[in-house]
Amino acid sequence: MAVTVKIPTQLRPATGGAAETQVEGTTVREVLDSLFEHHVELRDRISDDGGALRRFVNVYVGGEDIRFMDGLETPVADGAEVTILPAVAGG
Amino acid sequence: MTAQGLKCRECGAEYALEALYVCERCFGPLEVAYRQDRRLSVAERRRRIQSGPQNIWRYSDFLPLAGGPPGPSSRRTSRAGLPAGCTPLVRADRLAAELGLGEVWVKNDTANPTHSFKDRVVSVAAARARELGFEALACASTGNLANSVAAHGAALGMDAYVFIPADLEEQKVLATGVYGGKVVAVRGNYDDVNRLCTELSAEREDWAFVNINLRPYYAEGSKTIAFEVAEQLGWRIPDRVVVPIASGSQFTKIAKGFEEWRRVGLLEGELPRMNGAQAEGCSPVATAFAAGHDVCRPVKPDTIAKSLAIGNPADGPYALELARRTEGGIDAVSDDEIRAGIALLARTTGIFTETAGGVTTATLAKLAARGDIGPEETVVLVITGDGLKTLDAVRGSFSTYEIDASVEDFTANVQGAHPIGATR
Repeated sequence: MAVTVKIPTQLRPATGGAAETQVEGTTVREVLDSLFEHHVELRDRISDDGGALRRFVNVYVGGEDIRFMDGLETPVADGAEVTILPAVAGG
Repeated sequence: MTAQGLKCRECGAEYALEALYVCERCFGPLEVAYRQDRRLSVAERRRRIQSGPQNIWRYSDFLPLAGGPPGPSSRRTSRAGLPAGCTPLVRADRLAAELGLGEVWVKNDTANPTHSFKDRVVSVAAARARELGFEALACASTGNLANSVAAHGAALGMDAYVFIPADLEEQKVLATGVYGGKVVAVRGNYDDVNRLCTELSAEREDWAFVNINLRPYYAEGSKTIAFEVAEQLGWRIPDRVVVPIASGSQFTKIAKGFEEWRRVGLLEGELPRMNGAQAEGCSPVATAFAAGHDVCRPVKPDTIAKSLAIGNPADGPYALELARRTEGGIDAVSDDEIRAGIALLARTTGIFTETAGGVTTATLAKLAARGDIGPEETVVLVITGDGLKTLDAVRGSFSTYEIDASVEDFTANVQGAHPIGATR
Protein backbone atom coordinates (compact mmCIF):
# COMPACT_ATOMS: atom_id res chain seq x y z
CA MET A 1 0.00 0.00 0.00
CA ALA A 2 1.40 3.39 -0.96
CA VAL A 3 1.61 6.13 1.63
CA THR A 4 2.96 9.64 1.10
CA VAL A 5 5.42 10.87 3.72
CA LYS A 6 6.04 14.62 3.86
CA ILE A 7 9.61 15.44 4.81
CA PRO A 8 10.43 18.66 6.71
CA THR A 9 13.14 20.96 5.31
CA GLN A 10 15.55 20.03 8.10
CA LEU A 11 15.54 16.38 6.95
CA ARG A 12 15.64 16.94 3.20
CA PRO A 13 19.44 16.68 3.01
CA ALA A 14 18.92 13.04 4.02
CA THR A 15 16.36 12.43 1.25
CA GLY A 16 18.37 13.97 -1.55
CA GLY A 17 16.27 17.12 -1.28
CA ALA A 18 12.90 15.39 -1.77
CA ALA A 19 10.00 17.12 0.02
CA GLU A 20 7.89 13.97 -0.04
CA THR A 21 8.35 10.32 -0.75
CA GLN A 22 6.18 7.24 -1.37
CA VAL A 23 6.60 4.29 0.97
CA GLU A 24 4.68 1.19 2.10
CA GLY A 25 3.09 0.28 5.42
CA THR A 26 -0.17 -0.14 7.33
CA THR A 27 0.95 1.44 10.63
CA VAL A 28 3.11 4.45 11.42
CA ARG A 29 5.87 2.10 12.58
CA GLU A 30 5.83 0.20 9.27
CA VAL A 31 5.71 3.43 7.29
CA LEU A 32 8.73 4.80 9.15
CA ASP A 33 10.64 1.50 8.79
CA SER A 34 9.97 1.57 5.06
CA LEU A 35 11.10 5.22 4.98
CA PHE A 36 14.33 4.31 6.82
CA GLU A 37 15.04 1.53 4.27
CA HIS A 38 14.91 4.09 1.48
CA HIS A 39 16.81 6.76 3.41
CA VAL A 40 19.10 5.14 5.97
CA GLU A 41 20.27 8.41 7.51
CA LEU A 42 16.77 9.33 8.66
CA ARG A 43 16.58 6.63 11.31
CA ASP A 44 19.11 8.28 13.62
CA ARG A 45 17.65 11.70 13.06
CA ILE A 46 14.13 10.97 14.24
CA SER A 47 14.39 7.78 16.30
CA ASP A 48 16.24 7.26 19.57
CA ASP A 49 18.31 4.18 20.39
CA GLY A 50 15.25 2.27 21.62
CA GLY A 51 13.36 2.82 18.36
CA ALA A 52 10.96 5.39 19.85
CA LEU A 53 10.52 8.81 18.29
CA ARG A 54 12.87 11.47 19.61
CA ARG A 55 11.07 13.85 21.97
CA PHE A 56 11.13 16.83 19.62
CA VAL A 57 9.65 14.98 16.63
CA ASN A 58 5.93 15.21 15.84
CA VAL A 59 4.27 12.79 13.43
CA TYR A 60 0.80 13.36 11.98
CA VAL A 61 -1.48 11.03 10.01
CA GLY A 62 -3.99 13.00 7.95
CA GLY A 63 -3.19 16.08 10.04
CA GLU A 64 -3.80 14.39 13.42
CA ASP A 65 -0.97 13.98 15.94
CA ILE A 66 -0.31 10.25 16.41
CA ARG A 67 -0.09 10.79 20.18
CA PHE A 68 -3.86 11.34 20.12
CA MET A 69 -4.20 7.95 18.40
CA ASP A 70 -2.13 4.81 18.91
CA GLY A 71 1.34 6.30 18.60
CA LEU A 72 3.59 4.24 16.36
CA GLU A 73 0.86 1.59 16.09
CA THR A 74 -1.60 4.10 14.58
CA PRO A 75 -3.09 2.56 11.42
CA VAL A 76 -2.29 4.23 8.13
CA ALA A 77 -4.76 3.79 5.27
CA ASP A 78 -3.74 3.33 1.66
CA GLY A 79 -3.17 6.74 0.08
CA ALA A 80 -2.89 8.50 3.46
CA GLU A 81 -0.47 11.32 4.13
CA VAL A 82 2.06 11.08 6.98
CA THR A 83 3.73 14.34 8.00
CA ILE A 84 6.91 14.63 10.04
CA LEU A 85 7.49 18.02 11.69
CA PRO A 86 9.75 19.55 14.33
CA ALA A 87 7.98 19.91 17.69
CA VAL A 88 9.76 23.04 18.82
CA ALA A 89 7.74 25.63 16.91
CA GLY A 90 5.21 28.05 18.30
CA GLY A 91 4.22 29.55 21.60
CA MET B 1 27.88 39.28 25.99
CA THR B 2 27.83 38.86 22.23
CA ALA B 3 25.72 36.31 20.39
CA GLN B 4 28.14 33.95 18.73
CA GLY B 5 25.89 31.28 17.26
CA LEU B 6 22.92 28.98 17.66
CA LYS B 7 23.35 25.83 19.68
CA CYS B 8 21.16 22.73 20.01
CA ARG B 9 19.84 22.34 23.57
CA GLU B 10 19.79 18.57 23.16
CA CYS B 11 23.00 17.56 21.41
CA GLY B 12 25.08 20.77 21.42
CA ALA B 13 25.48 21.00 17.62
CA GLU B 14 26.34 24.55 16.55
CA TYR B 15 24.87 26.67 13.77
CA ALA B 16 25.30 30.18 12.38
CA LEU B 17 23.06 33.04 13.61
CA GLU B 18 20.50 32.58 10.83
CA ALA B 19 16.76 31.91 10.59
CA LEU B 20 17.07 28.37 11.95
CA TYR B 21 15.24 26.82 14.87
CA VAL B 22 15.69 23.05 14.71
CA CYS B 23 18.82 20.94 14.97
CA GLU B 24 19.27 18.99 11.73
CA ARG B 25 20.96 16.18 13.64
CA CYS B 26 18.50 15.44 16.45
CA PHE B 27 15.53 17.81 15.91
CA GLY B 28 16.22 19.52 19.25
CA PRO B 29 15.48 23.25 19.66
CA LEU B 30 18.21 25.77 18.89
CA GLU B 31 19.09 28.48 21.38
CA VAL B 32 21.31 31.56 21.10
CA ALA B 33 24.78 31.03 22.57
CA TYR B 34 26.75 34.03 23.82
CA ARG B 35 30.39 34.79 24.27
CA GLN B 36 31.63 36.91 27.16
CA ASP B 37 34.09 38.88 25.16
CA ARG B 38 34.72 41.75 27.52
CA ARG B 39 35.59 41.79 31.16
CA LEU B 40 33.39 44.61 32.40
CA SER B 41 33.04 45.44 36.06
CA VAL B 42 29.62 45.08 37.65
CA ALA B 43 29.42 48.86 38.07
CA GLU B 44 30.22 49.35 34.40
CA ARG B 45 27.59 46.81 33.32
CA ARG B 46 24.98 48.57 35.47
CA ARG B 47 25.95 51.95 34.04
CA ARG B 48 25.55 50.67 30.49
CA ILE B 49 22.05 49.44 31.34
CA GLN B 50 21.00 52.54 33.26
CA SER B 51 22.13 54.91 30.53
CA GLY B 52 20.00 53.03 28.00
CA PRO B 53 16.49 53.90 26.84
CA GLN B 54 13.32 53.19 28.83
CA ASN B 55 12.56 50.04 26.87
CA ILE B 56 14.00 46.56 26.40
CA TRP B 57 16.93 47.89 24.36
CA ARG B 58 18.57 49.02 27.62
CA TYR B 59 19.42 45.30 27.89
CA SER B 60 20.98 45.09 24.41
CA ASP B 61 24.18 43.69 25.89
CA PHE B 62 22.16 40.55 26.65
CA LEU B 63 20.08 40.31 23.46
CA PRO B 64 20.98 38.58 20.18
CA LEU B 65 21.28 41.48 17.75
CA ALA B 66 24.40 41.88 15.67
CA GLY B 67 24.11 45.64 15.31
CA GLY B 68 23.20 46.58 18.88
CA PRO B 69 19.95 48.41 19.59
CA PRO B 70 17.95 48.94 16.38
CA GLY B 71 17.48 52.42 15.00
CA PRO B 72 18.80 54.74 12.36
CA SER B 73 21.80 55.84 14.38
CA SER B 74 22.32 52.66 16.38
CA ARG B 75 22.78 54.86 19.43
CA ARG B 76 21.94 53.51 22.84
CA THR B 77 18.90 55.76 22.95
CA SER B 78 17.09 53.86 20.19
CA ARG B 79 13.36 54.38 20.10
CA ALA B 80 12.91 52.80 16.68
CA GLY B 81 10.06 50.45 15.86
CA LEU B 82 7.57 49.85 18.63
CA PRO B 83 9.56 49.96 21.87
CA ALA B 84 8.42 47.45 24.46
CA GLY B 85 9.15 46.79 28.10
CA CYS B 86 10.01 48.88 31.13
CA THR B 87 6.56 48.08 32.45
CA PRO B 88 5.70 48.84 36.10
CA LEU B 89 6.52 46.51 38.97
CA VAL B 90 3.74 47.27 41.40
CA ARG B 91 3.82 46.45 45.09
CA ALA B 92 0.54 44.63 45.78
CA ASP B 93 0.06 44.89 49.55
CA ARG B 94 -3.71 44.54 49.45
CA LEU B 95 -3.44 41.37 47.36
CA ALA B 96 -0.75 40.04 49.73
CA ALA B 97 -2.93 40.81 52.77
CA GLU B 98 -5.93 39.04 51.27
CA LEU B 99 -3.84 35.94 50.59
CA GLY B 100 -2.01 36.08 53.92
CA LEU B 101 1.36 36.67 52.22
CA GLY B 102 4.23 39.01 53.08
CA GLU B 103 5.55 40.74 49.98
CA VAL B 104 3.89 40.42 46.58
CA TRP B 105 4.77 42.39 43.45
CA VAL B 106 2.86 42.47 40.18
CA LYS B 107 4.90 42.76 36.99
CA ASN B 108 2.30 44.61 34.96
CA ASP B 109 3.08 43.62 31.39
CA THR B 110 -0.31 44.81 30.22
CA ALA B 111 1.51 48.16 29.93
CA ASN B 112 3.20 47.19 26.65
CA PRO B 113 2.32 48.81 23.29
CA THR B 114 -0.16 46.07 22.33
CA HIS B 115 -0.98 45.26 25.95
CA SER B 116 0.84 41.97 26.42
CA PHE B 117 4.36 40.63 27.03
CA LYS B 118 4.46 39.49 23.41
CA ASP B 119 5.80 42.91 22.39
CA ARG B 120 9.09 41.97 24.07
CA VAL B 121 9.62 38.83 22.04
CA VAL B 122 8.34 40.32 18.81
CA SER B 123 10.61 43.38 19.17
CA VAL B 124 13.64 41.13 19.31
CA ALA B 125 12.45 38.80 16.53
CA ALA B 126 11.48 41.69 14.26
CA ALA B 127 14.78 43.48 14.80
CA ARG B 128 16.69 40.28 14.04
CA ALA B 129 14.44 39.63 10.99
CA ARG B 130 15.41 43.09 9.72
CA GLU B 131 19.10 42.32 10.22
CA LEU B 132 18.69 39.07 8.28
CA GLY B 133 17.00 40.92 5.40
CA PHE B 134 13.40 39.69 5.79
CA GLU B 135 10.62 41.97 4.57
CA ALA B 136 7.62 40.14 6.01
CA LEU B 137 6.71 39.05 9.52
CA ALA B 138 4.40 36.12 10.24
CA CYS B 139 3.25 34.08 13.22
CA ALA B 140 1.03 31.34 14.57
CA SER B 141 -0.87 32.97 17.40
CA THR B 142 -3.37 32.49 20.19
CA GLY B 143 -4.12 36.22 19.89
CA ASN B 144 -1.65 38.34 21.82
CA LEU B 145 1.13 37.52 19.40
CA ALA B 146 -1.18 38.36 16.49
CA ASN B 147 -1.73 41.86 17.93
CA SER B 148 1.97 42.36 18.41
CA VAL B 149 3.18 41.05 15.05
CA ALA B 150 0.61 43.13 13.18
CA ALA B 151 1.59 46.25 15.14
CA HIS B 152 5.33 45.73 14.74
CA GLY B 153 4.82 45.13 11.02
CA ALA B 154 3.04 48.48 10.83
CA ALA B 155 5.70 50.29 12.88
CA LEU B 156 8.58 48.88 10.85
CA GLY B 157 6.90 49.00 7.43
CA MET B 158 6.99 45.21 7.04
CA ASP B 159 4.15 43.06 5.70
CA ALA B 160 2.48 40.99 8.41
CA TYR B 161 0.72 37.64 8.06
CA VAL B 162 -0.92 36.38 11.21
CA PHE B 163 -2.52 32.96 11.57
CA ILE B 164 -5.02 32.46 14.39
CA PRO B 165 -7.53 29.78 15.44
CA ALA B 166 -10.94 30.64 13.96
CA ASP B 167 -12.65 30.67 17.39
CA LEU B 168 -10.45 33.41 18.87
CA GLU B 169 -11.96 36.17 21.04
CA GLU B 170 -13.36 38.98 18.87
CA GLN B 171 -11.38 41.65 20.75
CA LYS B 172 -8.12 40.01 19.75
CA VAL B 173 -9.14 39.71 16.10
CA LEU B 174 -10.22 43.37 15.94
CA ALA B 175 -7.05 44.54 17.68
CA THR B 176 -5.01 42.72 15.05
CA GLY B 177 -6.79 43.66 11.83
CA VAL B 178 -6.70 47.37 12.66
CA TYR B 179 -2.94 47.49 11.95
CA GLY B 180 -3.44 46.48 8.34
CA GLY B 181 -1.75 43.08 8.14
CA LYS B 182 -3.34 39.95 6.72
CA VAL B 183 -5.31 38.01 9.33
CA VAL B 184 -5.89 34.36 8.49
CA ALA B 185 -8.38 32.48 10.69
CA VAL B 186 -7.66 28.76 10.51
CA ARG B 187 -10.43 26.26 11.20
CA GLY B 188 -8.84 24.33 14.06
CA ASN B 189 -7.13 24.93 17.39
CA TYR B 190 -3.76 26.59 18.03
CA ASP B 191 -1.86 23.36 17.54
CA ASP B 192 -3.43 23.01 14.08
CA VAL B 193 -2.44 26.60 13.29
CA ASN B 194 1.06 25.91 14.52
CA ARG B 195 1.38 22.76 12.40
CA LEU B 196 0.22 24.66 9.32
CA CYS B 197 2.68 27.49 9.98
CA THR B 198 5.53 25.06 10.59
CA GLU B 199 4.82 23.60 7.13
CA LEU B 200 4.36 27.06 5.60
CA SER B 201 7.65 28.32 7.02
CA ALA B 202 9.42 25.73 4.87
CA GLU B 203 7.56 26.91 1.75
CA ARG B 204 7.87 30.65 2.44
CA GLU B 205 11.51 31.09 3.25
CA ASP B 206 11.17 34.83 2.65
CA TRP B 207 8.85 35.17 5.67
CA ALA B 208 10.11 35.60 9.20
CA PHE B 209 7.74 33.48 11.30
CA VAL B 210 8.65 35.07 14.61
CA ASN B 211 7.84 31.99 16.70
CA ILE B 212 9.04 29.39 14.21
CA ASN B 213 12.11 30.11 12.08
CA LEU B 214 13.02 33.15 14.24
CA ARG B 215 12.12 31.36 17.48
CA PRO B 216 15.61 31.33 19.03
CA TYR B 217 15.77 35.16 18.84
CA TYR B 218 12.11 35.66 19.74
CA ALA B 219 12.38 33.55 22.88
CA GLU B 220 15.32 35.63 24.14
CA GLY B 221 12.99 38.63 24.45
CA SER B 222 11.31 37.07 27.49
CA LYS B 223 14.56 37.34 29.46
CA THR B 224 13.90 41.08 29.67
CA ILE B 225 11.09 40.39 32.18
CA ALA B 226 13.69 38.96 34.57
CA PHE B 227 16.11 41.82 33.87
CA GLU B 228 13.45 44.43 34.63
CA VAL B 229 12.19 42.70 37.76
CA ALA B 230 15.73 42.44 39.11
CA GLU B 231 16.56 46.04 38.27
CA GLN B 232 13.25 47.30 39.71
CA LEU B 233 13.82 45.38 42.94
CA GLY B 234 17.19 47.10 43.32
CA TRP B 235 19.39 44.44 41.62
CA ARG B 236 17.85 41.65 43.60
CA ILE B 237 16.48 38.18 42.72
CA PRO B 238 12.98 37.56 44.12
CA ASP B 239 12.34 34.38 46.09
CA ARG B 240 9.55 33.17 43.85
CA VAL B 241 8.09 34.03 40.45
CA VAL B 242 4.66 32.89 39.27
CA VAL B 243 4.36 32.76 35.48
CA PRO B 244 1.68 31.40 33.13
CA ILE B 245 2.69 28.49 30.91
CA ALA B 246 1.49 28.01 27.34
CA SER B 247 4.47 26.68 25.34
CA GLY B 248 6.72 27.08 28.40
CA SER B 249 9.09 29.42 26.57
CA GLN B 250 8.52 32.51 28.70
CA PHE B 251 8.72 30.47 31.91
CA THR B 252 12.15 29.05 31.03
CA LYS B 253 13.53 32.29 29.60
CA ILE B 254 12.70 34.31 32.72
CA ALA B 255 14.89 31.91 34.67
CA LYS B 256 17.58 32.18 31.98
CA GLY B 257 17.55 35.96 32.42
CA PHE B 258 18.26 35.73 36.16
CA GLU B 259 20.87 33.06 35.48
CA GLU B 260 22.76 35.15 32.91
CA TRP B 261 22.89 38.14 35.24
CA ARG B 262 24.14 35.94 38.04
CA ARG B 263 26.90 34.65 35.79
CA VAL B 264 28.18 38.15 35.01
CA GLY B 265 27.89 39.24 38.64
CA LEU B 266 24.97 41.63 38.24
CA LEU B 267 22.95 39.51 40.68
CA GLU B 268 23.76 37.25 43.57
CA GLY B 269 21.89 34.41 45.22
CA GLU B 270 19.78 31.47 44.19
CA LEU B 271 17.41 31.33 41.25
CA PRO B 272 13.82 32.05 42.33
CA ARG B 273 11.46 29.15 42.87
CA MET B 274 9.69 29.04 39.51
CA ASN B 275 5.95 28.38 39.69
CA GLY B 276 4.12 27.72 36.43
CA ALA B 277 0.40 28.32 35.99
CA GLN B 278 -1.93 26.51 33.58
CA ALA B 279 -5.67 26.22 33.06
CA GLU B 280 -7.18 22.82 33.87
CA GLY B 281 -8.72 22.78 30.39
CA CYS B 282 -5.23 22.82 28.89
CA SER B 283 -2.70 21.57 31.41
CA PRO B 284 -0.28 19.17 29.71
CA VAL B 285 2.70 20.57 31.63
CA ALA B 286 0.98 20.65 35.05
CA THR B 287 -0.26 17.09 34.47
CA ALA B 288 3.24 15.86 33.58
CA PHE B 289 4.66 17.68 36.62
CA ALA B 290 2.18 16.01 38.96
CA ALA B 291 2.81 12.60 37.41
CA GLY B 292 6.60 12.94 37.61
CA HIS B 293 7.01 12.69 33.82
CA ASP B 294 9.74 14.53 31.94
CA VAL B 295 7.78 14.93 28.70
CA CYS B 296 4.23 16.19 28.13
CA ARG B 297 1.42 14.26 26.56
CA PRO B 298 -0.45 16.65 24.25
CA VAL B 299 -4.09 17.54 24.96
CA LYS B 300 -7.02 19.13 23.11
CA PRO B 301 -7.53 22.49 24.84
CA ASP B 302 -10.90 23.46 26.30
CA THR B 303 -10.55 26.56 28.48
CA ILE B 304 -11.51 30.23 28.61
CA ALA B 305 -7.76 31.00 28.85
CA LYS B 306 -7.30 30.91 25.08
CA SER B 307 -3.97 32.70 25.13
CA LEU B 308 -2.61 29.68 27.05
CA ALA B 309 -4.42 27.09 24.95
CA ILE B 310 -1.41 25.25 23.56
CA GLY B 311 -2.05 21.54 23.83
CA ASN B 312 1.37 20.54 22.52
CA PRO B 313 3.86 22.76 24.40
CA ALA B 314 7.24 22.99 22.65
CA ASP B 315 9.22 23.84 25.79
CA GLY B 316 7.27 21.53 28.09
CA PRO B 317 10.26 19.29 28.96
CA TYR B 318 12.41 22.30 29.89
CA ALA B 319 9.62 23.88 31.95
CA LEU B 320 9.27 20.63 33.92
CA GLU B 321 13.00 20.42 34.50
CA LEU B 322 13.16 24.04 35.67
CA ALA B 323 10.22 23.80 38.07
CA ARG B 324 11.79 20.74 39.69
CA ARG B 325 15.32 22.15 39.81
CA THR B 326 14.21 25.37 41.53
CA GLU B 327 11.82 23.57 43.90
CA GLY B 328 8.90 25.46 42.45
CA GLY B 329 5.99 23.71 40.79
CA ILE B 330 3.36 23.78 38.06
CA ASP B 331 -0.32 23.98 38.98
CA ALA B 332 -3.59 24.09 37.11
CA VAL B 333 -6.76 26.04 37.97
CA SER B 334 -10.37 25.75 36.78
CA ASP B 335 -12.21 28.26 34.59
CA ASP B 336 -14.17 29.45 37.67
CA GLU B 337 -10.92 29.97 39.57
CA ILE B 338 -9.60 31.92 36.56
CA ARG B 339 -12.60 34.28 36.67
CA ALA B 340 -12.14 34.65 40.43
CA GLY B 341 -8.44 35.34 39.86
CA ILE B 342 -9.21 38.16 37.42
CA ALA B 343 -11.62 39.69 39.95
CA LEU B 344 -9.17 39.28 42.85
CA LEU B 345 -6.35 41.04 41.03
CA ALA B 346 -8.66 43.82 39.81
CA ARG B 347 -10.22 44.59 43.20
CA THR B 348 -6.97 44.45 45.18
CA THR B 349 -4.52 46.12 42.77
CA GLY B 350 -6.50 48.07 40.17
CA ILE B 351 -4.95 45.96 37.43
CA PHE B 352 -7.35 44.33 34.98
CA THR B 353 -5.88 41.25 33.36
CA GLU B 354 -7.00 38.88 30.66
CA THR B 355 -7.75 35.22 31.37
CA ALA B 356 -4.05 34.25 31.36
CA GLY B 357 -3.48 36.65 34.28
CA GLY B 358 -6.51 35.12 35.96
CA VAL B 359 -4.72 31.77 35.69
CA THR B 360 -1.57 33.23 37.24
CA THR B 361 -3.39 35.03 40.06
CA ALA B 362 -5.52 31.98 40.83
CA THR B 363 -2.38 29.87 40.97
CA LEU B 364 -0.79 32.31 43.43
CA ALA B 365 -3.94 32.08 45.56
CA LYS B 366 -3.76 28.29 45.42
CA LEU B 367 -0.10 28.24 46.50
CA ALA B 368 -0.91 30.63 49.34
CA ALA B 369 -3.89 28.59 50.51
CA ARG B 370 -1.79 25.43 50.44
CA GLY B 371 0.83 27.08 52.65
CA ASP B 372 3.57 26.71 50.02
CA ILE B 373 4.75 30.32 50.33
CA GLY B 374 6.77 31.43 53.34
CA PRO B 375 5.91 34.71 55.16
CA GLU B 376 9.33 36.22 54.38
CA GLU B 377 9.23 35.52 50.65
CA THR B 378 9.37 38.18 47.96
CA VAL B 379 6.93 36.92 45.33
CA VAL B 380 6.54 38.30 41.79
CA LEU B 381 3.35 37.66 39.87
CA VAL B 382 3.85 38.06 36.11
CA ILE B 383 0.69 39.52 34.55
CA THR B 384 1.15 39.05 30.82
CA GLY B 385 -1.93 40.53 29.15
CA ASP B 386 -4.70 43.14 29.45
CA GLY B 387 -8.28 42.39 30.53
CA LEU B 388 -9.68 44.41 27.64
CA LYS B 389 -8.60 41.53 25.39
CA THR B 390 -11.00 39.02 26.98
CA LEU B 391 -14.00 41.04 28.14
CA ASP B 392 -16.33 38.05 27.88
CA ALA B 393 -14.63 36.54 30.92
CA VAL B 394 -16.08 39.22 33.21
CA ARG B 395 -19.43 39.73 31.52
CA GLY B 396 -22.24 39.25 34.03
CA SER B 397 -19.87 39.12 37.01
CA PHE B 398 -21.29 42.26 38.63
CA SER B 399 -24.37 44.51 38.55
CA THR B 400 -24.90 48.17 37.78
CA TYR B 401 -27.67 50.57 38.75
CA GLU B 402 -29.82 52.28 36.16
CA ILE B 403 -31.66 55.39 37.29
CA ASP B 404 -33.33 58.55 36.00
CA ALA B 405 -31.19 61.66 36.20
CA SER B 406 -32.71 62.78 39.49
CA VAL B 407 -31.46 62.88 43.05
CA GLU B 408 -34.71 61.28 44.20
CA ASP B 409 -34.28 58.32 41.93
CA PHE B 410 -30.64 57.95 42.94
CA THR B 411 -31.50 58.03 46.64
CA ALA B 412 -34.40 55.69 46.24
CA ASN B 413 -32.61 53.12 44.13
CA VAL B 414 -28.86 53.24 44.65
CA GLN B 415 -28.72 53.86 48.35
CA GLY B 416 -31.30 51.16 48.78
CA ALA B 417 -28.83 49.06 46.79
CA HIS B 418 -31.26 47.33 44.50
CA PRO B 419 -29.29 46.24 41.47
CA ILE B 420 -31.29 46.44 38.28
CA GLY B 421 -30.22 43.85 35.76
CA ALA B 422 -26.75 42.66 34.96
CA THR B 423 -24.33 44.61 32.85
CA ARG B 424 -24.40 43.81 29.20
